[in-house]
Amino acid sequence: MTTALNTKIGQPWRKPSFIKRAWLRWALGVSGVLYLIAAISSIEVNWSRVYEGLDRGAAFIMSFTRPDFVSRASDIWDGMLESLIMTVAASVVGILISIPIGLGAARNIAPLPVYLVCRSIVALSRALQEIIVAILLVAIFGFGPLAGFLTLSFATIGFLSKLLAEDIESMDRVQAEAIRATGAGWMQWINYGVQPQVMPRLIGLSMYRVDINFRESAILGLVGAGGIGATLNTAFDRYEFDTAAAILMIIIGIVMMLEYLSGVIRARVQ
Amino acid sequence: MPIEQNADGLKVWQKRNRREQFTHWASWFIGVAVFVVCWQQISESTTWFFVWDAPRIAGDILTRATPPKWEYITQLGEPIWDTLNIATLGTLLALFLAVPTAFLAARNTTPSKTFIRPLALLIIVSTRSINSLIWALLLIAIIGPGVFAGILAIAIRSIGFCAKLLYEAIEEIDHKQVEAITATGASRWQVMAYGIVPQIMPAFAGVAVFRWDINIRESTVLGLVGAGGIGLQLSSSLNVLAWPQVSLILIVILFAVVLSEWVSAKVRGAII
Repeated sequence: MTTALNTKIGQPWRKPSFIKRAWLRWALGVSGVLYLIAAISSIEVNWSRVYEGLDRGAAFIMSFTRPDFVSRASDIWDGMLESLIMTVAASVVGILISIPIGLGAARNIAPLPVYLVCRSIVALSRALQEIIVAILLVAIFGFGPLAGFLTLSFATIGFLSKLLAEDIESMDRVQAEAIRATGAGWMQWINYGVQPQVMPRLIGLSMYRVDINFRESAILGLVGAGGIGATLNTAFDRYEFDTAAAILMIIIGIVMMLEYLSGVIRARVQ
Repeated sequence: MPIEQNADGLKVWQKRNRREQFTHWASWFIGVAVFVVCWQQISESTTWFFVWDAPRIAGDILTRATPPKWEYITQLGEPIWDTLNIATLGTLLALFLAVPTAFLAARNTTPSKTFIRPLALLIIVSTRSINSLIWALLLIAIIGPGVFAGILAIAIRSIGFCAKLLYEAIEEIDHKQVEAITATGASRWQVMAYGIVPQIMPAFAGVAVFRWDINIRESTVLGLVGAGGIGLQLSSSLNVLAWPQVSLILIVILFAVVLSEWVSAKVRGAII
């Protein structure tokens, strides 16, 4: 201790760097700079096009000061309603399916074969992007909200099952064992031993997922899977920025409301 | 604890008392009713003939899509490079913009709680609640299609996410360290650099890598609306119904996503 201290006496203090190994720091720095040079040089930016677009950008920002809710009111209303309907239905179905899969994907309560099957469902659902799933489902089921509903349900399963399974795996074993010691059956064991421990977090995550599902439902319309996305796309294509601004403001408003609601519910259950 | 007497005068434990039981039942009833109405709406706007036909169509697509057209992979090198650039440069740009926003939004570092904090929170909420595809649509209408629009879309979308996680980390810092630096007579910027930044550095690095991983996923589909990357190839293959190419692109995307998730998990494991 004293020798370590003695060597440091008289030397000015220097801020320790975030990465301690010097060679690693330098290697990362140099390769980072090289990558940045390569990446930036490979981007072609048509600056004259960008410059021309600045007027349009300003027009878009200005349109937020006078959003047009009226002239496309019926389209906006139908699209929003469809988005909300898809969100609600997909969240309900997704949560209902993800509970058994989440139970199956928890290593401490599921036997190995069930665990592997459920984990692979989760991995598949998480690896596939919503919009790609939507494209495939639209090709299979045709245009309309059914494809969007199925996409969102599928995405919900991956998200919720994984987090639920992790929560179950980290639960307190003692409580579950106490219930089992009373001679409870499997359903009673889950119902009284496991469920009370994971319920607050499950409710919180479900609310969060409802929020995500609504945000995602706004883009599914781009590929024909129903919802407000189609209306928004048309508005952009026709440069009707005031209508687009109105739609975006509604989306932001609903997301803020959902976030507030989920905050209240999470505070109540936890 | 709700205990009820049954007909024989015995006390029986129940999970809920009568009032709780009723509200429980009523909320389930309303929930189920809402779901049924939603389902009815979906079912009305669905052409059920196509749905009954779906297994045949799915099988048809599957036979068309297999085997993937492997030699097409030579044309995917550049789109993959673009996708990587969109995600990486977009994340870097987003971090540049998110750090000041987070400092303005955190309760303990904001210069003004009444004016600047709500503004910063508004930026965070509005950039976060709009998907990167919508930002891409908008930017393409403004600055034209291409990789640049994709980078900006990813950057704008990520500001809110990164800033939210960062400002929560800033609000949770240990005040004793900040006070200790202040007590040495440090200026506001020195307090920032030596008292606050070292505490949030791990959170910052974690957020950056986490968001990069998400951005790789998102940038693979940005091309669908014309913002560059591998999505461009995907949409052109879909438009000409070249299913073997589509299946190869999907495999490549899946591989990229899994790889980026692995990298991000490794890096986060090394940092935290």
